[in-house]
Amino acid sequence: MDVNKNSYTIGFATLMVIIVAALLSSAAIGLKPLQSKNIEQEKKQNILKSVGIELDRELAEKDYSKYIKEELVINHLGEIQEGSAFNVDLSKELRKDTKDQSYPLYIAQIDGEARYIIPLRGKGLWGPIWGFISLEEDLNTVYAAVFDHKSETPGLGAEINRPFFQDPFTSKTIMENGKFVSIVVQKGGANGDVHKVDGISGGTITCDGVTDMIEERLSKYLPYFKSISTSMQVQKALEIVTQDESNDTISNINKRIID
Amino acid sequence: MSDKKEALFSKKNLKLIKDPLDDNNPITVQVLGICSALAITVQLKPAVVMALSTFFVMCTANVVVSLMRNMIPSRIRIIIQLVVIATLVILVDQTLKAFVYDVSKELSVFVGLIITNCIIMGRLEAFALANKPWKSFMDGFGNSLGYALPLIVVAFFRELLGAGTLFGYPVIEKLGLYELGYENNGMMILPPMALVTCGVYIWIQRMRNKKLIEEN
Repeated sequence: MDVNKNSYTIGFATLMVIIVAALLSSAAIGLKPLQSKNIEQEKKQNILKSVGIELDRELAEKDYSKYIKEELVINHLGEIQEGSAFNVDLSKELRKDTKDQSYPLYIAQIDGEARYIIPLRGKGLWGPIWGFISLEEDLNTVYAAVFDHKSETPGLGAEINRPFFQDPFTSKTIMENGKFVSIVVQKGGANGDVHKVDGISGGTITCDGVTDMIEERLSKYLPYFKSISTSMQVQKALEIVTQDESNDTISNINKRIID
Repeated sequence: MSDKKEALFSKKNLKLIKDPLDDNNPITVQVLGICSALAITVQLKPAVVMALSTFFVMCTANVVVSLMRNMIPSRIRIIIQLVVIATLVILVDQTLKAFVYDVSKELSVFVGLIITNCIIMGRLEAFALANKPWKSFMDGFGNSLGYALPLIVVAFFRELLGAGTLFGYPVIEKLGLYELGYENNGMMILPPMALVTCGVYIWIQRMRNKKLIEEN
């Protein structure tokens, strides 16, 4: 048979493509569950890492529910919506209008204190960057932050996933006299500013991406923070009143004893 | 017909494995596949995984193309070779993602780049299209070893001198060299040092193997 005939060439190519397509799609479908499990575990691992708990992937999966108590979805007004934060795909949400987006929020309980974990996603130099930032109960102080990237320059922008870049975020604050100022990754060093973090030399565009990402994302949670901090204030006020009352009675008793 | 009676591991067949290791090394002599060799030699683990993935792809692609060598229309043979390689690479990539997720994340784009690894295309075009499956397999085997050898040697030195670890195990720390004032050379981790280390490898290879030195 002449293998160089036009009809044979076209037939061969067609057959080849069909076989390859069948092979690849069956492999993709067959391995999908294992792959998505890995991705899910990694997400849980990163969420836990953002509140200072470093576990390997398998353990992270197990201990996740021990630490993460609530997975909320809120809207742009700060109202809680139905659904679970874990199933929100930020890359899709970011393409929507601010008003239509769902904002995922995780609340962890660590040593009896609540930590608010906010997922981040933004643009680096070459591709998307993402991460998680956790706030302490005062909704102002950063507890910890983790970042990762798809394709930033190795050795420069890619270093945002290293501890030396992430650790300084701890105990920085996002508010100044009740106003939102976010945290800036500063080229040339933070010099002790509580709202700034040292940048990476040679990775300025990626670092600016981190700054923008934190500002853009955190600002969307402010209405919610306001609503829970007022409820927290009310709760605190109530506590003080009840304490006052109990003090009152005790002081009365003392008085009576003195009397 | 004498070909058929030839022993599986005859001298001629073994030469197919030995040649690419030294005299005709794809990286250090033919200077093919350099980009991936430079990019993934920061640590041993990704280098070994890359070598294994390439090994799998090269051997299988060589055998598959060799089996089809009489059926492939010569006008579209390059495309057919690419399709075979790309299919195998995607299979490797999917498998890594499912079973060794961390490694697949580290290799990320480089697994995809096996597709464009000139060594594989080169072997298919130059060898597998004209030879029987067993010989093609031996050729793929030899060339992937020839690819793996410099890769692993370079990665060994870069990880040891740059990070003080081997396969992530802190060798230098265990030896107590830090207390004597030893410091890791951060330069070794940066891409330029891959080129320099590769250069040193070629230098030593040429010192040992005089056949490689050009006359003039």
